[in-house]
Amino acid sequence: MPDENEFEGEYQGGTVKRFLYVNRRAPHGTIYPHETLEMVLIAAAFDQDVTVVFLDDGVYQIKKDQDTKGIGIKNFTPAFRALDDYDVEKLYVEKESLEARGLTAEDLLVPVEVVSTEELREIMAEQDVVLGG
Amino acid sequence: MPYDYNGAVVEADEEGYIQDISLWTRELAELIARGENIEMTGDHWEVVNFLRDYYEEYQIAPAVRILTKAIKKTMGPEKGNSKYLYELFPYGPAKQACKIAGLPKPTGCI
Amino acid sequence: MASRMLHTVNKSPFERNSLNSCLRLARKGSAVLLIEDGVYAAVAGTSVAERVSERMAELSFYVLGPDVAARGLGGAPLIEGFRVVDYDGFVDLVAEHDATQAWL
Repeated sequence: MPDENEFEGEYQGGTVKRFLYVNRRAPHGTIYPHETLEMVLIAAAFDQDVTVVFLDDGVYQIKKDQDTKGIGIKNFTPAFRALDDYDVEKLYVEKESLEARGLTAEDLLVPVEVVSTEELREIMAEQDVVLGG
Repeated sequence: MPYDYNGAVVEADEEGYIQDISLWTRELAELIARGENIEMTGDHWEVVNFLRDYYEEYQIAPAVRILTKAIKKTMGPEKGNSKYLYELFPYGPAKQACKIAGLPKPTGCI
Repeated sequence: MASRMLHTVNKSPFERNSLNSCLRLARKGSAVLLIEDGVYAAVAGTSVAERVSERMAELSFYVLGPDVAARGLGGAPLIEGFRVVDYDGFVDLVAEHDATQAWL
């Protein structure tokens, strides 16, 4: 049986890099969060080692129960729940950012690891490529 | 490249993906499939319906590897494999089936 | 003279200082309407809530409901004294006031 990666120009072999995507913006005020999520899914579809971090207003991107029907724009945030299918499992949220906004991990729509600023500094230092959004 | 059917015109991009997902119907899907030289069977519909459900749930069209894995999880390995899916959709199960399902081009397909 | 002013704030209070400037400069008796990413400032229990509460007695605070729901905050407790309005309520507020100042 042919390997499924042989089709549709999917990535085959080559170097796997550690990509870190840093989300710092609220979900609906700008286009950056949606675009960054697309980049995450593309990197994951190419079998890269992907880590996603949410800090500052970025933690609002994964707030549960977002309903954009009333403001006439597409709600892209359910796609965060597909990250597991894409084997993106390293999701980190900065504890200080959550607390400043009165949120806890319970308020988030995906399972994440809540880390301190110090821990986040180390996670960021381990990466090959860091992309902001 | 718009589709003409039932006297209405449904706008599509140059690759044939419809622009407004809310205009999708089963009849339109049959028309798009004919353009891809695919005769829709129950097996084809099963995949197209799966993709539509996936989109409803996650708001994205999955890349082929993800689609295969997700189908394997819900329908079992005899359907969740490349060979089966490529027999149904020879030019790529994600690309062709998404087009027929009225979804955008899969995320992660260049 | 625009004696009755409606102030709108559409930026997150954690990212910009628009809300701070608005709270500092809005005259007693004015109304403040939070919209778009500005609605994050209406939620109780955040690090900016106290700054808003401090002016609750002097200013009338409103928040746009559809923007609250879009951000997943429909079930979140708001700071006491906030009134939620819809788009029609937004239009009414503009009509009821002499002028609108947008803090962008």
